[in-house]
Parts: sequence; structure tokens; C-alpha cells
Amino acid sequence: MFAVVGTVPDDHFPIVAGPVSVAGGRIVLNGHEIDINRGTAALLAAAAMVSRYMGKDGPEAFLVGDTGRGKGSRKLYAHLEETLPKRSYTSLTFHYIQPDVDWHNRVLFSVDEMAKRPVLIADAGFMYAAKMSGQAGAYDVFTPDIGELAFLADEAAPHPFYTRGFIFHENNRAPQLIERAYAHQNAARYLLVKGAEDLVADKSGILESVSEPCIEALEAIGGTGDIITGLVAGLTGNGHRVSAACLGAIHVSRMAGRMANPNPGTQVFDIIRKIPDCLEAFYGAGGRRATQL
Amino acid sequence: MGLLDFFKKRTAPKDPFGATDRGFMVFDNTSEVIRAENIIKGNGWRVRVMGPPPEIRTGCDLVIEYPLIEHLNIIRMLGEAGLAPIKTVPVSGPLLEPVDIFFTRDFGKFLMVRAANMKITIDKTSLVVVNISGGGCPDVPFLAREMVGKTLDGAPRPCSIGHTLCGYALDLAYEEIKRQSLCLQ
Repeated sequence: MFAVVGTVPDDHFPIVAGPVSVAGGRIVLNGHEIDINRGTAALLAAAAMVSRYMGKDGPEAFLVGDTGRGKGSRKLYAHLEETLPKRSYTSLTFHYIQPDVDWHNRVLFSVDEMAKRPVLIADAGFMYAAKMSGQAGAYDVFTPDIGELAFLADEAAPHPFYTRGFIFHENNRAPQLIERAYAHQNAARYLLVKGAEDLVADKSGILESVSEPCIEALEAIGGTGDIITGLVAGLTGNGHRVSAACLGAIHVSRMAGRMANPNPGTQVFDIIRKIPDCLEAFYGAGGRRATQL
Repeated sequence: MGLLDFFKKRTAPKDPFGATDRGFMVFDNTSEVIRAENIIKGNGWRVRVMGPPPEIRTGCDLVIEYPLIEHLNIIRMLGEAGLAPIKTVPVSGPLLEPVDIFFTRDFGKFLMVRAANMKITIDKTSLVVVNISGGGCPDVPFLAREMVGKTLDGAPRPCSIGHTLCGYALDLAYEEIKRQSLCLQ
């Protein structure tokens, strides 16, 4: 089993943990139904579709309501600190959550107490906190977009909002930004950089790059990055090697993007619903046997 | 325009930057910073929203840089608004400056503006917000839910309902796309 940690945009939503399913265009979790529009719900939907394709269960989710005040996030951090040492997961993905370095560190300590360390994936706010904490190297995958890569490359920036101009201007120089992020130990074991050209990199540099099919409208659509992270979560959670999962996620998300024939006003669920067909098309029957990858 | 208005227009902003020692005010959260900034600027003081020094960073912070010589006036004004800072500290080193670079992309029927890690896209004809993307703080899905499907004028301003740096960045993008939208009409 694998798990995903994140938030939903409703301050009244309590901490809920348990197995996720997708039904009628909504995430279902312990009787709660959540719209799949963007954010962690989009990530969960993509991850759940991978499991369904493989004939497996999952993911489990740890969710809380938070509209940005941080109150829900802090409750969830505390819940994770207490709960995680008793859990066993193949992969653990952290997503939209209020960045808080102290709480991040406490959660990472609790991960250290797990009997077997899961594949650790960080995106969005938790990735910001992981970088700022100086613990980026504890993670297996970060999934930044090109702007967030500039933030990882800027050793002085505590948030993408403060990325220094001379680095921010290097948006189109991904190899240099990747090198700089690793030089300052602000990158995970693998970086999956989301952009016009999707990249998989490690400390040796760029391992894979994918730029086809090129669907320019995807840049504007909220939640497309969440799809990729969800696919990585689902694939690693179901036994795929990390680098293979990153590459597979890139291809499947691009195929889904093309199949949806989007424009910049398209909503992300119209892309998510194409994922099952794209998993089948990309992996075929072999994808269901993770050990082959 | 009366004579008094004439002189008011020519009065320099209170305490221009660089002329005095500076301090910064720390608040409980980013939404309080945004409210305080609006109140202070609305009363004619020139302040800047900046990043805090490393020793007080938690991960998603803004502080307000202000002229120390006006400390009492500004604190009194904020106190009257029920918005006292947690603490005030003299600036002893450089503060982080927010990103002030915008990227614009024209998709033909749609226009997208990015500020820092936040993107906003509108339909150029109707000026309806069609997508919001990027960011990592938990108010981003909330802001998207509240803004997508509404016109730029009809949607709430991100700084009025957002609470984080991502919300603040989206507000910068919103202001920029609104400025550019004037050329579309």
C-alpha cells in the first residue's frame, strides 16, 4: 500500500485517513466526497487510476481541510508525527500543505521510525519545506515545474516567491539550474522537472527528456502537475523503480493531455479521465507486472 | 481642485526609503501582513513587503519593512485596526526581495501571466478567469475554486481571500493581467 498526504480547500474538513476510491468524478474517502478539480484530489485520482489499472488497491490518503491559514496543516503534521511510525507504505507522497520547517522535520523524524522506509516523494508546499529544511537529500523524488526548479537552485530562497532575479531569469537553462540545485544539496535523489520539456535528472545531470507530444495549452491548466506527481506516486507505490516511474508518468500524462485535446480553459478532470486509456496504451499488459520494469 | 488639494498632491510620500533606519514587523500570518500593508499604505506611509531574515523564517512568511522613526505612529495606527504585530525588529541585514518579474504568454484566445510560481489565465474576449495553476500552498486550490469562471472584475482579489505567499504571488499576477487586459478592451 502507498499513501498520499495533502489538503482540500475547506476549513471545515476534518483530518481523514483511509483508502481512496474514485467514483462519479469524485474522490471518496471514509464517506467524504471530494471534487476532483485540482490539488491533492487530482493527484489522488491519478494515483488511484494507476492502482485500478494494475488491479491493486490504493492509495491511502491523509487529508485535512486548509484554505491557507495553516491551522489544518499543523493538525495534519501532528497527526502524521504520531501515526506514521506505526504504518507501512511502499511510497509516501507529500503534497499541498502549509510549508513549515519545524513541522516538516518532525514528520521526517517519524518517517525514520517506520520499519521500512518508503519511497519519499515531495511536491508543492511540502517540497518547499523539505528544501528549506536542508533535508532535500532525504527524498527520492521532487517534482518541480521550471519556476520551482529555479527556487531549488537558489540556495538563499525559502520559497519560490523569493527566488533571486538572476536565477529566475535562467528559466530556460534547466541543466544549469539542476546542477546548481544538487551542488547546494537542495534536490532529491531524482528530480522530475515539469515543463514544455519534461526532464528526469539526478546528481549526474539529465537522464531523460521528453518533449513530445507538445501540448502548449497544458501550461495554463491548473492540476496538470498534480497528475504527473500522482502517476509517480501510483507507479512507485505499486512497485515500479523510481526512475522508470518518473519516465512513465511523463509519457502517460502527455498522452492524456493530447487525448483531451485541451485549450487553456480546459479543466484538469477532462485530462484525468483519459488516464486509464493512456496507461493501457503505454504499458499494455506488461505494466500490470511491476517487477518487469 | 482646491489649493489644499494642490499641495497634497505634491507632498512627498511619508518617509521615502533610504532616508532613515528601517525595521520590520512580524505578524502571525501572511493574511495579516497583507491587511497591515493595505492599512499602512492607505494612510500614506511607504512600506515594503519583504522576506524575513533566516532566524525567524518558518517557511511561508512575509514581513513589512518600515521606517523606524515612524514606529510609534504606525504601531498606533495598526493597533486601532486591531492588527498589532507579534514583534518589531530593526533591520540589521538584507531582507529577501519578492520576485518582481512577470512572464506573459499569449495563446491567441487566451492570455496567461505568471508571477513567481503562480499563473493566471483569462479568456481575452470575456475576461473570465479560466485557469489558475502553479503554487504549493494550500490556499491555491481554494483561490482557484473562488476565481475560476468569474470575470477579472467579478472575481475576488487574491490578496483579499488568500493567506500565503502563493496567494500573494497570485495577486501580483492578477494585477498584471488586469493591467494588460485594459489593452484588450
